Amino acid sequence: MLVSLNWLKQYVDLGRETPESLADKITKTGIEVEGIEYVSEQLDHVVVGYVESCQKHPDADKLNVTKVNVGDEVLQIVCGAPNVAEGQHVVVAKVGAVLPGNFKIKQAKLRGVESNGMICSLQELGIKEQYVPKDLADGIFVFTESVQVGRDVTEYLNLDDAILELGLTPNRSDALSMLGVAYEVAAILNEEVILPDETYTTTDEQATERVSVKVEATDDNPYYGAFVAKNVTIKSAPLWMRNYLMAAGIRPINNVVDITNYVLLEYGQPLHAFDLDKFGSDQIVVRRAADNKTFVTLDEETRTLSDQHLVITNGQAPQALAGVMGGFESEVSATTTTVLLEAAYFDGKRVRQAVKDHGLRSESSTRFEKGVDPNRVKRAGYRALHLLEKYADAKICVGVSEYDALDYSEKDVVITTERINDRLGTTITDQDIAIILDKLQFTYDQDKSTFTVHVPTRRQDITIFEDMLEEVARIYGYDHLDYTLPEGGQFAGKLTERQALKRFIKQVMEGAGLSEAITYSLTTTERATTLVAPDIKTQAVSPVRLAMPMSEEHSTLRLSLLPELLAVASYNQARKEKDLALYEVGTVFVSDEKEITKQPKELNRLAGILNGQWLTHPFQQEHKAVDFYVAKGIVETLVDRLGLDVTFRQAEIDGMHPGRTAEVYHNDQSIGFIGQVHPTLAKSYDLKAVYVFDLDLEYLYDHVDLEPNFNHIPRFPSMSRDIALVMDEMVPSGDVLATIKQAAGEHLYSLHVFDVYQGEHLPVGKKSLAFNLRYLDPSRTLTDDEVEASYEKVLAAVKSTHGAVLRA
Amino acid sequence: MQDKLQALREEALTKINEADDLKALEAVRVGYLGKKGPITEVLRGMGKLSAEERPVVGELANTVRAAITEALEAKKQVFEEEALNEQLKAEAIDVTLPGRPVTLGGPHLLTSIVTEIEDLFIGMGFEVKEGPEVETDYYNFEALNLPKDHPARDMQDSFYVTEELLMRTHTSPVQARTMGEYKGNKPVKMICPGKVYRRDTDDATHSHQFTQVEGLYVDKNVRMSDLKGVLNQFAKQFFGEEREIRLRPSFFPFTEPSVEMDISCKVCHGKGCSVCKQTGWIEILGGGMVHPDVLKMAGYDPEIYSGFAFGMGPERIAMLKYGVDDIRHFYTNDQRFLAQYHQA
Repeated sequence: MLVSLNWLKQYVDLGRETPESLADKITKTGIEVEGIEYVSEQLDHVVVGYVESCQKHPDADKLNVTKVNVGDEVLQIVCGAPNVAEGQHVVVAKVGAVLPGNFKIKQAKLRGVESNGMICSLQELGIKEQYVPKDLADGIFVFTESVQVGRDVTEYLNLDDAILELGLTPNRSDALSMLGVAYEVAAILNEEVILPDETYTTTDEQATERVSVKVEATDDNPYYGAFVAKNVTIKSAPLWMRNYLMAAGIRPINNVVDITNYVLLEYGQPLHAFDLDKFGSDQIVVRRAADNKTFVTLDEETRTLSDQHLVITNGQAPQALAGVMGGFESEVSATTTTVLLEAAYFDGKRVRQAVKDHGLRSESSTRFEKGVDPNRVKRAGYRALHLLEKYADAKICVGVSEYDALDYSEKDVVITTERINDRLGTTITDQDIAIILDKLQFTYDQDKSTFTVHVPTRRQDITIFEDMLEEVARIYGYDHLDYTLPEGGQFAGKLTERQALKRFIKQVMEGAGLSEAITYSLTTTERATTLVAPDIKTQAVSPVRLAMPMSEEHSTLRLSLLPELLAVASYNQARKEKDLALYEVGTVFVSDEKEITKQPKELNRLAGILNGQWLTHPFQQEHKAVDFYVAKGIVETLVDRLGLDVTFRQAEIDGMHPGRTAEVYHNDQSIGFIGQVHPTLAKSYDLKAVYVFDLDLEYLYDHVDLEPNFNHIPRFPSMSRDIALVMDEMVPSGDVLATIKQAAGEHLYSLHVFDVYQGEHLPVGKKSLAFNLRYLDPSRTLTDDEVEASYEKVLAAVKSTHGAVLRA
Repeated sequence: MQDKLQALREEALTKINEADDLKALEAVRVGYLGKKGPITEVLRGMGKLSAEERPVVGELANTVRAAITEALEAKKQVFEEEALNEQLKAEAIDVTLPGRPVTLGGPHLLTSIVTEIEDLFIGMGFEVKEGPEVETDYYNFEALNLPKDHPARDMQDSFYVTEELLMRTHTSPVQARTMGEYKGNKPVKMICPGKVYRRDTDDATHSHQFTQVEGLYVDKNVRMSDLKGVLNQFAKQFFGEEREIRLRPSFFPFTEPSVEMDISCKVCHGKGCSVCKQTGWIEILGGGMVHPDVLKMAGYDPEIYSGFAFGMGPERIAMLKYGVDDIRHFYTNDQRFLAQYHQA
């Protein structure tokens, strides 16, 4: 809502408030002022001029040489506007004037002819092009009423006006009108509201003689009033009205249309003017449209209607889409003489439906959608008639032809001083509350501390105690509330185990050198189904897709965090950030339904991506590209920190390198995977050797063992044995480790692989694995014999299980 | 004989003194203390001495031997020290070359901010709650006093999955869920951070996915001044002791009265500058007293219980606190962006 302060002053005394001080007060009391705009800048030497003569320039076809009387002198001005003519009153910027845009007016010679000033267009004075009346858009501004030659134009053209841009919350539709804003400002400044003149004289003829009103869709249209104004002269609206409309962001058209727009802004009540001679009948029938009926609106667009749309008809054909836009056929035009003026109350839901279906939002529909003030519907009509009589020479028919089932009653809300104070934490008195209600111009009955407030119908947003609580609080001033802390018992806050664990896992990742990324949950359907972990794949039938995505790019809920992380790696690589180690903790959305009927399961995953070099220290010739074992090391570190003993099994997963991928198992439960992304998939992201991991955090949350038990620090030395075994190259080291672990007995303290060899000195198809075994008994020193016995058992076991023999 | 020993000592000490490398020193050692050396010879000739002379000469011989040995050791140490110094000199490196990097990762800026907010409110006794991102229409709207035809749904253009399910447009449904969980008979004091979704085209200031942190306090006799007090504490701890807050009336369907909270501009301290668009204030969060219908629907009697709720956007806070100029930075994960915020 754009509020012209010059206009607002017609209804409320703004005293000494500057636009800034007033804006600050309005914002603090309840309606955010989002901006202050000035119509123009401070202009000097810009006055009314009278064009005494206008002749063609001797050397230029498109220029005219004018003599303009500016009061104290007559200036010769060369003017290029096509519409300049003798006898006009125009705006003259004299030499020395500075127009908006730092445009300095100087004495000049145009094609040899001296020019002492400039005749201005509205745009040159700072008025926005889109609000300038169409007939004035390409030329100078010409006054149509009597003005005083030589006078400063600022006041005539409302150039000193400031416009407040109000950001209205949905509840404050009462401020979608100048009167509504006036009530708000009056409450803030403790002033009275001056109401506009709604009086007019009438002819003998009754409106009901000219037109009848029948409402069929009574729920959609509880009030319809039709007024008739005859003998109308179509011309320009008065300058002040056009100025205010332009300030409010509406382009003036002609007096009748401008008056309906003016009253719409003034009262917040949309009106519509039909040309009664073109209406097509003398009966108005308001009803739902027939399905598939077409209708041409004012903007000359053909609209296809349905029974969800409310229309104003002449009994046969629609003449307006109720509350949204009038029809082209009965539009007011230069030839109109009889105006049928509609003042109606249309149901917001019905209007919203039409707005939605036709993509048409107008000043009218916005107000109906939010609900207009029942008590202002008919009064807006009166106000428009007052203006039509005054500015369109109209003869007004007596009365109104109407259908009226509107509820005009005021709602009562009861408040008590005690309850107000309890809820606000204040100590305000009965007297304070009475003063606040008076400022709001709400009437009430007071019984000591109990107030029965009769909420005026302009404030449809106030229905319950809490609404009144807010009214009292905001007029009292939020600034005046104390700072207190709740008196209820304090209980300790704490993260849940799961939340603490999530933080811990993130810290481990970051300590391991990975940075956290956050990507979008909504992705393409293709990405949503790429690199899905086996444990998810078994649960999800198909990914969850939005009913109406804005774009395919964000259409589907992810089943894996990895595709978006690949996109991140790709993005970084394209910017020469090739070396990358990222992780993300996020949700995947798993539904086992083909047609979604219930919420999908939302499962936490931990995913990581490694690209480029893991370590680069060039002058010491240290380069380590990321590889499978880097990724695996990170996962192993994590599960170790979580106290879990996991195994890795060679796996084939769509989108992953078939030879370099492992599934991670805990107690035979698959909890994720690691490996190299399949080169074909990597290539589609412009990546090469890129490694990823993906773990089921839900499982980790449930199975971690983070309670450390104290283990005695061994006092006896451990004994170490190395063993190098030759076996078939296909035997996984993990299997051999498992066999050794089982065979070595209770004293085996640690076991790890320290060498892998294949090649010279070994038969083709064979490899050598070397293990280090450490034995320990915490209670005593082990003997050589004991260790030797275990060692023999190990040898026997690997031979029988894997065909592995001691390397010669 | 004794004179001979004394002479040998003098002679040896002179030679030791003159030796200029380890090799020369070794030659001295072999020359005087070796099996064929003069001292050994003297000792061998002891048999010819009288019983009185023998211990005297023997002791002297040992003294001389010890003195020579000691001198040898001392000189050797000098040589070794010199050699070591030489070696260390040769081992000198360019200490100005870069060290071997230890790569540490770090949290995403949004996580850092959310964590800080969580910790501040945990310190005030709040618990952290989470809820589903695919939410039911009921919890996302209706339980929050936004019936199907409510005009405020204009503000909430959403991503629907089905007619009844949608990507949550705010974290507020977690309020309703938590109150439901506590069955209307126990105080609620919680915050809920999380991802939310709106039907917006991504640009510098809009993102179809963003983050919210919502807070809720419901108990007997909770006052609006408590909301002001708690938010003031939060603002001062999070943004700095010197920052002031102000509340302005606003509108949210699930609170009544509703507020927006501004903090004083850090650049101009309230005087007005380009950062705060000349107002002196910067909007940080929205909140208000929980609407009685919301309490009722969750099973809390609004005659007995009251409460306040608030919500804020970590992206906006990050943009204000660190001057991030484009919301898309949070989701493109440019490494150069991420790394800027890894310091403590």
